Amino acid sequence: MRIHRLIILALAITGALISSNRASADPLRLAVAANFIQTAQQLADEFMQRTDLSVTISSGSSGQLATQVREGAPFDIFLSADTQRPEELVSSGLAIASSRFTYAIGQLVLWRPTTGIPPDEQMLRNGQFAHLALCNPATAPYGAAAIETLKAWNLYDQLRPRLVVAQSVSQALELIQSGNAELGFVALAQVSRLKEGKYTVIPESLYSPLRQDAVLLSRAGENIDARQFMTFLHGPQARDMIRRAGYLTPNGEQEAAR
Amino acid sequence: MKGIPTDVIEATILTLELAVVTTGMLVTIALPLAWWLAFPHRWWKSMVNAVISLPLVLPPSVLGYYLLLAFGPTGPGGWIARLWGARTLAFSFHGLVIGSLLYALPFAVQPIQNAFHAMGRHPVESAAVLGASPWRTFYRIAIPMAWRGVVTAIVLSFAHTIGEFGIVLMIGGDIPGQTRVLSVALYDYVESARWHDANMIAGGMVMFSFLTILLLSSLQNRKRRHTS
Repeated sequence: MRIHRLIILALAITGALISSNRASADPLRLAVAANFIQTAQQLADEFMQRTDLSVTISSGSSGQLATQVREGAPFDIFLSADTQRPEELVSSGLAIASSRFTYAIGQLVLWRPTTGIPPDEQMLRNGQFAHLALCNPATAPYGAAAIETLKAWNLYDQLRPRLVVAQSVSQALELIQSGNAELGFVALAQVSRLKEGKYTVIPESLYSPLRQDAVLLSRAGENIDARQFMTFLHGPQARDMIRRAGYLTPNGEQEAAR
Repeated sequence: MKGIPTDVIEATILTLELAVVTTGMLVTIALPLAWWLAFPHRWWKSMVNAVISLPLVLPPSVLGYYLLLAFGPTGPGGWIARLWGARTLAFSFHGLVIGSLLYALPFAVQPIQNAFHAMGRHPVESAAVLGASPWRTFYRIAIPMAWRGVVTAIVLSFAHTIGEFGIVLMIGGDIPGQTRVLSVALYDYVESARWHDANMIAGGMVMFSFLTILLLSSLQNRKRRHTS
């Protein structure tokens, strides 16, 4: 008898929790590539202040997030670190073609947490380090850009045994900040505001541009709040915040050409 | 074998190596530790027990995070790594062994400790009365009587080390031949849409886990028959 009561109680509590969860208004859910998370949080804060809507942010590598969208994750907007994955989602009917636009152009940096001279090509060539961190080139565009840079410098084969691969730029930064890797390739936006460490911005000519596209996902096609956020992301204030965070934004001509 | 890419084979061998080394060290540590914990009861032994059992409850990411800090140049791992001229224990086979040891320790200690408990103090006291030294009592009486617990500990440690994922992902750095074990390789293959290889590893893991559980339950059945 007692066990029966316990089971019924447990079921009742579970039911209550589920229904109360359902009842509360659904927040706007952003899936954000790891390099953009801090900036996205600032944008979301600004947006929430303006509109009184609530926004939640999930982050990971662009590849992980795109896979999650394919598997039915309840995201409304996808801020990728590349153009390819939003495009693929559009062609599989999971995202809305007309909503796709480049919200930021990322800049790759070589960063190390110590003071002294900023790390550069020569430092890599001298090889006075055990581990160079970067993110998985298969899933994170910044990882692919890092590999392209190493190849452009003719250092890839030489440094290959010392590369440690993180799952996203956030994890790459974590590996360096914890001191386990001495230096690594990360996004300018991650380190531009850090007080510690030194960085060198990698010349854009060495890697394919890190155009980061945003797209409205199909499940949010009728969602007015989501459309409002996309409009906000297009606006001058958002563009200004994005530039201040360490990104470039497409100029007017490119914008008009789309 | 034909049709299996070399990096899958490499990851398999690495995983088995890790599991064998970890299991061997775990049993060596767990036997005396379980013996010491089993009797007599003291309140501070419960504290030790709780600390050992933490990985059962903690998310692997918590353990991985602390290990990442501890392995760095400013942590204890960095001091140890300096012994052989490295600056961190992360991204190395040694680091994975330490991580797996901590993670799987409760799975090795608990079955052995339970077996010692079930045995009770009686055989130990009899041996002492007959003049056997504590050490001789331990390896001639206690270990043979608790062998089922020991086998369960071996199987569980081995299986848990094979299945370890969260910690390796955080401290491994995904280096082929060094830290890219099967679970991480599977993750990579899924991410980069190498479905065939992913299926091969995932299927193999399911088979392996099934056999492990089968082995464990047959051990327990035998034990029940033995005691009844």
